Amino acid sequence: MDALTLCLIVPFASALACILCWRFPVAQRWLGVLGMVALLGAAGNLFAVVANDGIQAITMGNWAAPYGITLVADLIAAIMVLVAAIIGFTVAVYSVADIDANRERFGYYAFLHLMMLGVVGAFITGDIFNMFVWFEVMLLSSFVLMTLGGERAQMEGAIKYVVLNLVSSAFFLTACGILYGKTGTLNMADLAVKTKDLMEPELLTVTAMLFLVAFGVKAGIFPLFFWLPASYHTPPVAVSAIFAGLLTKVGVYAMIRVFTLIFVGDLLFTHGLLLILAGFTMVCGVLGAMSQFDFRRLLSFHIISQIGYMVLGLALFTPLALAGTVFYLFHHILVKTNLYLISGIANRYSGTFYLKKMGGLYSAAPWLALLFFIPAMSLGGIPPLSGFFAKFAVVKASLAGDTMFGSGAAILGAVALAVGLLTLFSMIKIWNEAFWKKPDVNHPVNTAAMTGPQRWLLFSPVVILATLTVVIGLMPEFFFNYAMEAAHQLLDPTAYIEAVLGGNP
Amino acid sequence: MELVLAITIGVLFSVASYLLLRRSVIKMIFGIAVLSQAVNLLILTASGLRSGSAAFVEEGSTALSPTAADPLPQALILTAIVISFGVLAFTLAMTQRVDETVGTDDLDEMKSTDV
Repeated sequence: MDALTLCLIVPFASALACILCWRFPVAQRWLGVLGMVALLGAAGNLFAVVANDGIQAITMGNWAAPYGITLVADLIAAIMVLVAAIIGFTVAVYSVADIDANRERFGYYAFLHLMMLGVVGAFITGDIFNMFVWFEVMLLSSFVLMTLGGERAQMEGAIKYVVLNLVSSAFFLTACGILYGKTGTLNMADLAVKTKDLMEPELLTVTAMLFLVAFGVKAGIFPLFFWLPASYHTPPVAVSAIFAGLLTKVGVYAMIRVFTLIFVGDLLFTHGLLLILAGFTMVCGVLGAMSQFDFRRLLSFHIISQIGYMVLGLALFTPLALAGTVFYLFHHILVKTNLYLISGIANRYSGTFYLKKMGGLYSAAPWLALLFFIPAMSLGGIPPLSGFFAKFAVVKASLAGDTMFGSGAAILGAVALAVGLLTLFSMIKIWNEAFWKKPDVNHPVNTAAMTGPQRWLLFSPVVILATLTVVIGLMPEFFFNYAMEAAHQLLDPTAYIEAVLGGNP
Repeated sequence: MELVLAITIGVLFSVASYLLLRRSVIKMIFGIAVLSQAVNLLILTASGLRSGSAAFVEEGSTALSPTAADPLPQALILTAIVISFGVLAFTLAMTQRVDETVGTDDLDEMKSTDV
């Protein structure tokens, strides 16, 4: 079977199988984990095919593009699918110990797989309206995951999450409609061709701004990020970990897609705006994080500031900068998910997410401290971990002087460095509060919080992700070459367009 | 006809914005429902209104007649309606659950997680 369709069929089949086993939670649990293993296989296969044979594209229902719906995977899409599958697998393993029986009984694993289906679909679709549909698949399943359990905090977070994401979907749909009205096509490769010789470029820029708002809400860029820190710390840890890792990055990916393929007519305006927004996103995110004392809320604000780095790479629009963005994407997904998973284990030991009440974890659980140290330092950008190379590429690109913004880009490079320092500061704050200081007398560390098998299930995903972070840091060249190739494909979309439209554009 | 529809869309968008800004959860949900209708109407109008024949290929010919309406926007709207129906059902169920657990309809009182 085709490598692309397989990546969609596997999570869909797993979700269906979980629903068919509705009355047997244990079977759902096994299917949930095994389905993720299968998805990992399918994603690895897709990545291998794309890395060896170049861009893959197929059109559904045997209708030639641009009429049929196209599935297409270039290198960045294949990388994202692979990383998503890794996150899906680790979170599924963690969920076995973390998700309570009631949530399992009400279809947790089915919705986890449906969400993965939406995420993978959004990565490999070649049609802008189809992307909207995959976004909705992803959103609706994420709504269910967020509200499943129905605790008061969850509902309060969910209402903000749901409403703001639905408004952003409305913007997305409006933008699709106007774009179709202007060009008469929805296929992204075809759009790239048709928008080049469009009569009124101003109208195209207006549409670009609608897409910017739509994807900006989902990615959590300034000033559209407020739903994120209001909701991501409310569901169970496994759910917030997969949200933090994947969902905002789907927004970033969609932004990269449209702002490298379709809206490249008025670069100075669109990408200049992205550059300014990137700066504010980085600064606001990190300042928000510094003032927080809830473990997961602090991490939520860090998602925002890190999104700023990725948007910065996109805005600079040079091969090195885009390669930095791609590298940043997969580094960040692994690290951020890991930090959330660790916050869950820390919560089991201390019984709270509130940093001031935590303490003494270093002496009680030294291995957890080491496992926290790796992703935390990676997020702060300490060599030789993955975050250093991601930041290095983006900052180097902004200081290189070959961007269209000249010295303006260098200012953003300086901002990025300062934000990196503040990121390190707030990671050290977590270290000091939760691990280093003496335990709170009222909240002693409970070392018997986990049974043996639970410990295995909770720690092994963390170990896997931390190992990946170290591996990326120790052999960055291997990974950066892929990022560079992905960046070249993004900057010169000829191959992408040819793969989709074939000989007759 | 375009002008009438354009004004209608504008009115719908402003009604939706007003409702979305209300403090009551249920009014906010109504805002989302109106918003999705406004967007559907906008897609129909933006992709060109044509008073031609239905989008069928006539017997004996292989291409769509040039006067025929464009079938794609209608397909898009149909998809969007189905999605917004599902979303609305979910949000209403969620509103009921919010009412049960939080015990209020006022968004300003849902701040216990924002510390």
